[in-house]
Amino acid sequence: MKALLRPALSLFLLLSLITGVLYPLVVTAIGQLFFPQQVAGSLMGSQGQWLGSRLIGQAVTDPRYFWGRPSATASYPDNATASGGSNLGPSNPALLAAVTERITALRAADPDNPLPIPVDLVTASASGLDPHISPAAAYYQINRIAKLRHLAPTQLQSLVQAHLQAPQWGILGEARVNVLELNLALDSLVASATDKR
Amino acid sequence: MNPNAYLQIGLFMGILLLTVKPLGSYMTQIMDGRLPKFSRLLYPLEKAMYRGCGIEATTEMNWQQYAGAMLLFNLLGMIAVYALQRLQGLLPLNPQAFGAVKSDTALNTAVSFVTNTNWQSYAGESTMSYLTQMLGLTVQNFLSAATGLAVAIALIRGFTRHHQSTLGNFWVDVTRSILYLLLPLALLLALLFMSQGVIQNFSAYQPLHPLPTPQHSQVLAMGPVASQEAIKMLGTNGGGFFNANSAHPYENPTPLTNFIQMITIFLIPAALCYTFGQMVGDTRQGWAILAAMSLVFVVMAWAAIGAEQQGNPAFSGVDQSYSALQAGGNMEGKETRFGIIASALFATITTAASCGAVNAMHDSFTPLGGLVPLGLIQLGEVIFGGVGAGLYGMLIMVLLAVFIAGLMIGRTPEYLGKKIEAFEMKMISLSILITPLLILVGTALALLVGKASIFNPGPHGLSEVLYALSSAANNNGSAFAGLAADTPFYNILLAVVMGIGRFGVIILVLAMAGSLARKQRLAVTVGSLPTHGLLFVVLLIGVIIIVGALTYLPTLVLGPVIEQLLMLGHS
Repeated sequence: MKALLRPALSLFLLLSLITGVLYPLVVTAIGQLFFPQQVAGSLMGSQGQWLGSRLIGQAVTDPRYFWGRPSATASYPDNATASGGSNLGPSNPALLAAVTERITALRAADPDNPLPIPVDLVTASASGLDPHISPAAAYYQINRIAKLRHLAPTQLQSLVQAHLQAPQWGILGEARVNVLELNLALDSLVASATDKR
Repeated sequence: MNPNAYLQIGLFMGILLLTVKPLGSYMTQIMDGRLPKFSRLLYPLEKAMYRGCGIEATTEMNWQQYAGAMLLFNLLGMIAVYALQRLQGLLPLNPQAFGAVKSDTALNTAVSFVTNTNWQSYAGESTMSYLTQMLGLTVQNFLSAATGLAVAIALIRGFTRHHQSTLGNFWVDVTRSILYLLLPLALLLALLFMSQGVIQNFSAYQPLHPLPTPQHSQVLAMGPVASQEAIKMLGTNGGGFFNANSAHPYENPTPLTNFIQMITIFLIPAALCYTFGQMVGDTRQGWAILAAMSLVFVVMAWAAIGAEQQGNPAFSGVDQSYSALQAGGNMEGKETRFGIIASALFATITTAASCGAVNAMHDSFTPLGGLVPLGLIQLGEVIFGGVGAGLYGMLIMVLLAVFIAGLMIGRTPEYLGKKIEAFEMKMISLSILITPLLILVGTALALLVGKASIFNPGPHGLSEVLYALSSAANNNGSAFAGLAADTPFYNILLAVVMGIGRFGVIILVLAMAGSLARKQRLAVTVGSLPTHGLLFVVLLIGVIIIVGALTYLPTLVLGPVIEQLLMLGHS
């Protein structure tokens, strides 16, 4: 036992130093050098006034903007210091109640919308911070936003189309739209429309 | 299932199988100490480490010494992780000023990360300082994977050696697997992840000033994520930097990182089959094991994707169909960028291997979709399994299959020229019995004492508890996370279960390896049962499924199966 103690202790300390200090610091240095924007969180806006992260969803409730996925994070939706899903089981009555409530809210905000409600607009994401919605969920919201913003639906359709992300390499993952980028583009579209007037 | 599902499974298996031979033979070389050219750069470091630590690299250990060294090394790890959590409030790299982690949570986490389980009863971004994540958890991600690999290599040496009492040197096996395998691969992966948007910084949490002002301002959790994420997947550890694990966009931002993460989970366990074949001098033996693993895996992945794509029959007025514009299906607890296919595939991979990282919330899966991960864990983490642990677990199943075949045809069972006798069968039986005992007795106990922690009502609640115990005993670490497991009862129960499930089996495996190494290696004759053909692969799969099904079927019927029937009955 005593013969084992010295190699055990010293090897443990040495390997801790290599894998727990040296390795993360080397990764950090390389990251700062080659991917400074990514390693800091893919932030959008300007230093000191960051609007958000390209990768982290925000809870938008204003009906004049595109809404993201429902979020079940603790304290408030899209809480980026408490990521997580609802963990509601498929047969839990609370899940059905939550989904029904979201359907009612969507219908109330846009009573004459003829499109079916896409499932990702009424179900909570896994991280609670999903930055994307499906193309179907973006198209569904055009009717509401066009009315409130006095824009032609075709204008919004081409806006969504311009922001569609296809599956990576055509195979991996799903088609999606980044909600924050779409909303920022929506604001600049409205701004340019007002300028013309 | 839609065509894209077949395409994604096919692409995954194709790329994985391409890596098996090169990585497998590389591992054979480094574990034998025959370094290829590009690894020799680190050789002076390896030698200097042995000198500094007083290690005689050429002195070999018998199985008791090997087990003793392994236990002591892991005990030190446990103490370090526990101490770091308890003292983090006084230590640097703690911009959010997190205080000491409470003692039962800290104990659970220490055992969890040392045993390669990475069950988490805490939420990373609101509990752990950057120092604890790096110097405690990241370190154990490396060391626990290296421990598993060392034990697997020791067992393989049991087959290759004869009339010998030693199995190698634990310190050397651990050092080599970290320096030449885990560290370079982790570095490469961390770079890939950062290029896609995984964060790596030591900043305080970042406050935002959102434009379409939401009701709440947003603060972004930060940290050195990429370095931990890489080894989390590579070492089949699975403990997330953030609570949402690989569903969090800062851990797994794109479908490409998701694909790389899935490949990385299976990378070493798959290649280790080839290493095994090469070391025992017959690569067909390794391919046969890999074939059995792959067949079970593909069927399970197909089942999980199919179940999740069905969606939830209880929803009305919602479009759950698959189209070019949406993934459809059961999207509760899933991310848009992954949809159904990449989420269900990830869930199958992470539970076939004992990884336990998640990119979707398993608790919200459909009953049958959730049965797949639960069932794969209960099969004993032998379908690829953890780094090292998957192979030694699978070899136990192989020996059992050889034994059963021997009984059927009336011959003394032998595998690779080694007679399987009473001592080996005792070790095998014990190791097959330990985990079910931990799971079933643990579940019964939790249902008596810990029912208040259950989140979802009905049979799903039973599944939550059963999943927790199965995950802990088999060192997986994923969860039906609705279960409120951060209570002293669950923290201590699961810590005990994880510890016995890991080290109990390892000691039995090493004892068996010691016994095998002493035996002579018989020549293969026409009378030997071939263990590389299709017939044996089918027999092996049969044994795995029968052992798993006989043990757990009643509990699975009471959990997911009843829930599925109830759900269909209501709609």
